[in-house]
Amino acid sequence: MAETPQNPEERARLNRELAQMLKGGVIMDVTTPEQARIAEEAGAAAVMALERIPADIRAAGGVSRMSDPKMIKGIQEAVSIPVMAKCRIGHFVEAQVLQAIDIDYIDESEVLSPADDVYHIDKTAFAVPFVCGARNLGEALRRIAEGASMIRTKGEPGTGDVVQAVSHMRLINAEIRHVQSLRADELFEEAKRLEVPVGLVRYVHQHGKLPVVNFAAGGVATPADAALMMQLGAEGVFVGSGIFKSGNPAKRARAIVGAVTNYRDPQVIAELSEDLGEAMVGINKDEIDLLMAERGK
Amino acid sequence: MATAVLALQGAFEEHERALADVGEASFELRSAADLARPFDRLVLPGGESTVQGKLLREEGLLSPLRERIAAGMPVLGTCAGLILLARAVEGDGSRKSAPDAAQTGPWIGTLDVVVKRNAYGRQLGSFHTEGQLGDLAHVPMTFIRAPFVASAGPAVDVLATVDGRAVAVRQGAQIGLAFHPELDADRRIHKSFAKL
Repeated sequence: MAETPQNPEERARLNRELAQMLKGGVIMDVTTPEQARIAEEAGAAAVMALERIPADIRAAGGVSRMSDPKMIKGIQEAVSIPVMAKCRIGHFVEAQVLQAIDIDYIDESEVLSPADDVYHIDKTAFAVPFVCGARNLGEALRRIAEGASMIRTKGEPGTGDVVQAVSHMRLINAEIRHVQSLRADELFEEAKRLEVPVGLVRYVHQHGKLPVVNFAAGGVATPADAALMMQLGAEGVFVGSGIFKSGNPAKRARAIVGAVTNYRDPQVIAELSEDLGEAMVGINKDEIDLLMAERGK
Repeated sequence: MATAVLALQGAFEEHERALADVGEASFELRSAADLARPFDRLVLPGGESTVQGKLLREEGLLSPLRERIAAGMPVLGTCAGLILLARAVEGDGSRKSAPDAAQTGPWIGTLDVVVKRNAYGRQLGSFHTEGQLGDLAHVPMTFIRAPFVASAGPAVDVLATVDGRAVAVRQGAQIGLAFHPELDADRRIHKSFAKL
């Protein structure tokens, strides 16, 4: 390896830049090496290795934890694209374990049971990058202040219902537009209201975007869902249960990849949406007891 | 005329900004229909080469672009873009199963080099450095899960090396870089590419 300069600022930059390379791509949840290969062949930009996809986590109930490192390694050996894995919110030792097995990205995720109901992980203490979920601008900027180098909407995982991802993406973007509209001397109060450092509010004020890449996640089940999130301003899409809970995972995965690339072309999305077989059986958020998006604010 | 920036997946907006900074007009090349727009040079951005390669094929872009590049159209490929240009692609050796050829390339295959993918390992192996590139001194070089050029044919000039490995090459009007000039503020590479 070349001179690996690991001063924290440079490391943080490299980690944000990996997320930039994932833009316009689809990151797929996979539970086995076989699924990982299907995802890669279908054009996934990265895979998320986990033992159970969110829909099954919901069904099983109980405490849900980081996956077995052996299972994650099996997936790392199966594909050449980046491999991500989830740790529980606040569980910095699970994150240390994932860093030790050379994971490409850690998702500090509300899909798993939170390990800490107050503190998130100090992600600045890690060399490996983190992605975190957010429902609004305050959550997004707090995670970035803690060191997240990529943000995704929380949505409502494992439901196949895109409504929460839509509302989170709209809210984050509406709040960004609001911050842009403020006078410079109003940013201090805005930082107080959002409970975030003023420097990050200034960045949003100047650039009209988050300082890191922002993906959609949580409830994306169809090519049209994926294109909807892209048209709403997502820079890429996570698909969890939507693929391997559906009738024809390989075909649906390819179709979602195509829809993200051609998200402004309804003709192409129409063709991609034909004959996909059964979509995952959706559950409405009003029918479920556990709202994962309420975890980790 | 304009530069077409392949916009199937990855960091294509960063290249568009870099080209705008040096006064070069560009547009996004997303499908075969976009080939009808006039362009006299091409940028292949960073991203995931397996994704871009697959979409190049499916969108019907692979053969038309290969023909134009073979006919001498200037092309700049960075990271995944270098992999797409390479005559042959080597894996990183970590993969235990044998993937099919559609996933491992070669794709465009006009640049006479063998490229090793993920040559520096996973994300923890990503790094930033600075080096000489042809006539240019102190060029910032950002390597993200980067490849390097394992071997190059006689018509290929090596423009830059890092730790003895070729990371920038040129063959005629084809320039392949293992790193990402679009991520740094230095615009000298885009400037000289726009003059090719």
